Amino acid sequence: MQKAILSRELSLLFLAPALVFVAVFLLYPFFSIFQMSFTNQTLVGANAVNPQHVGLQNYLDLFNTRDWMRRGEMGHSLWLTAQFVVGSALIGQAGLGLSIAVAFHHRRGLLREAVYTLAIAAWIIPDVVVAFAWFAYLDPNGTLNQILRAVGLQPLDWLFDYPMLSIILFNTWRGTAFSMLLFSSALASIPPSYMETADVIGASPWQKFRDILLPLLRGYIATDLILITLWTFNTFTPFLLTGGGPTYRSNVIAIHTYNVGLRFFEFGKASAIAVIVMLINLLLASIYLFISRRQQRQTA
Amino acid sequence: MKSKLHCFLMLMCLLVFVLSSAAHAQEAVEIKIGGVSGVEVRWLNEMVKPGFEAMMAEAGTPVTVTVVEFSGSGEDLRQQYVLDLGAGTGADVMSFDGFWLPEFAEGGLLKPLTEVVGERVLEWEGWSVIPEGIQAIMSYNGQLFGIPRGTDARVIWYRTDLFEQAGLPTNWQPTSWEELLDAARTIKSALPGVTPLQLNAGTAMGEASTLQGYIMALLGAGHHVYDFEAKKWIVSSPAILATLELFEIIYNTEGLGEVRWQLVRNGRDLSFEAFSKGQVAMLVEGDFLWRGPLAPGTGNFAMPNRNEVVTFALMPAREPGAGYLGQDFVSASGGTGFVLNANSANPELAWELMTYMFSKESLDALQQLQPRIRARLDVEVPNDPVMSRIASEVLPLSTIRPQLPEYNQVSAQIQLMTERIVSGEMTPMEAMQAYDAAVTQIVGEDNVIRIPLDK
Repeated sequence: MQKAILSRELSLLFLAPALVFVAVFLLYPFFSIFQMSFTNQTLVGANAVNPQHVGLQNYLDLFNTRDWMRRGEMGHSLWLTAQFVVGSALIGQAGLGLSIAVAFHHRRGLLREAVYTLAIAAWIIPDVVVAFAWFAYLDPNGTLNQILRAVGLQPLDWLFDYPMLSIILFNTWRGTAFSMLLFSSALASIPPSYMETADVIGASPWQKFRDILLPLLRGYIATDLILITLWTFNTFTPFLLTGGGPTYRSNVIAIHTYNVGLRFFEFGKASAIAVIVMLINLLLASIYLFISRRQQRQTA
Repeated sequence: MKSKLHCFLMLMCLLVFVLSSAAHAQEAVEIKIGGVSGVEVRWLNEMVKPGFEAMMAEAGTPVTVTVVEFSGSGEDLRQQYVLDLGAGTGADVMSFDGFWLPEFAEGGLLKPLTEVVGERVLEWEGWSVIPEGIQAIMSYNGQLFGIPRGTDARVIWYRTDLFEQAGLPTNWQPTSWEELLDAARTIKSALPGVTPLQLNAGTAMGEASTLQGYIMALLGAGHHVYDFEAKKWIVSSPAILATLELFEIIYNTEGLGEVRWQLVRNGRDLSFEAFSKGQVAMLVEGDFLWRGPLAPGTGNFAMPNRNEVVTFALMPAREPGAGYLGQDFVSASGGTGFVLNANSANPELAWELMTYMFSKESLDALQQLQPRIRARLDVEVPNDPVMSRIASEVLPLSTIRPQLPEYNQVSAQIQLMTERIVSGEMTPMEAMQAYDAAVTQIVGEDNVIRIPLDK
């Protein structure tokens, strides 16, 4: 084994600031949330002053089979979140990001610059500005419906009748730039000779994508999916667009947690939801990490 | 080089000295008033602030009054207050809705005036001209937490111009739900494009759904949300079912109301706007609608011709005599005011400011901007026959919400129950059963009663 440059004591000393930081801002809040999830702590009413331990009651209520899939309850919320993650992160952002990156692979020109600039602009504009713009865009008398009317199509009440579709489109538009940039820099690292050889032997574009690009991108795809799944799972921005409604039809889990904790101020119950969300995140992250480690071992 | 450094240090010292002495000279204490909106902001900035600052400067205790405007909904304001007070901060004087008080007091977020300022608050001249029933708006468990602005009442506002076009009388007064619905049906068939009747429901409108929607209808069906004698919440009854069926008729089976406004976030404003433009014929709302959003000149949806085309009818019971306490007509009242923040660094001065705001002179000045029923009996309602009628005809019929810490949670369930009807998610019976289960979980099985449904 290689000998360490620093002594054990010295390396701990260098690590100490980071460890203290993690302990104070990560571990402590985690444990206090965990602890609070077994109480009926609120911020208003008598339980704010004298919270009691309620054991597993908060968890039992969340998984109450009678109504946990009802609109506005956690199960329903998790189901919407799953649709949101699959729709906007996996299919939307990763799919669209990959398509744009591959389409403009080894290409230069105005179109590429325009597409990249727009995608990045959508990514870097502040949430509130973006949400306001989309609110105006999707309004019954908004820009999108004016476009639809202009081309002779029926206008739709997007945020009212299709709230999930609206926030999925919104989040795809919002976050595609990250996947696009990640995949284009990954593609740039593939030696041009691979593709040139494929051209010489007459491979079709699909064959080149499937047999050359995809295998080489696999590690990057895993990284991308981990990050955007976790971000999308926890994103709160749709709140600015729909507030989780109408009638809780876009009540994704981040909005649900917010409503329970910071609208109804039921800290105990909200903490229990937060613990469950945390566990789901850990599970998702470990699945992806497991897959990408296995692939690294295979390629090594 | 050294002298340059020396010079620089000297300059810095001088600068610090000048800055600190400037801060010393400006020793006026800042008192903040939070949560206010509309014409009150104007009143506070143009009348209260200069008057109070001049008075205090003369007395040798200079203060600066800062008015912090709030433009969100009542729910947003309550949320802001819980977080501010929970974190030990917030404005010194806060505009406050009376029905929030029990849970804030129980949660230790607000303290009685006598505790924050001292017994001397009881010596204020204003208390003698504010009836005890009105003082109760800003009281909990017999202790005063603030000074009430006044009370209000809820009625059916309607547009006489639309009624005339539809061939309905312009001095209309329904005596039953059926007559109310008949008028709505007439408008629906006579005036396409006009929404006949809006009775608030749903979670997006918050307390507006509970008080001017559900409770207004429920009182007409025979009881309140709470049985004040048995001290229990009524969670299942023929009256609740009848109320939910009324929502079902208005929004689903007959399409007399606009569903969208009840479910989207800015729905209440959309309904006000539509009413002001003559696109809604009847709106069940508080007198706030008249003196706030529709007020000529000052409202967000100002109607220059408000006095000519808007008037009100009393909310009828389901059948004559079938209403709450056997009444023919019903109404519900709330009340707001200002509380003193227990976290205030200068509670004495904040109290001085509150008494200045609620002096007869200040309130008379406010009446010029927005006439309404004020808490003080010695402040008259100038020249607004509609507001005078609210005081003389509607208030005597009106009832208030239970002042209990659980109320807000129950109210949230009421909003959800009505939303489930309006959105078509549940039938009235299913929604009532879900409400029963949820409220029982909040207040406990010992604190609920169920009135059997007659088959």
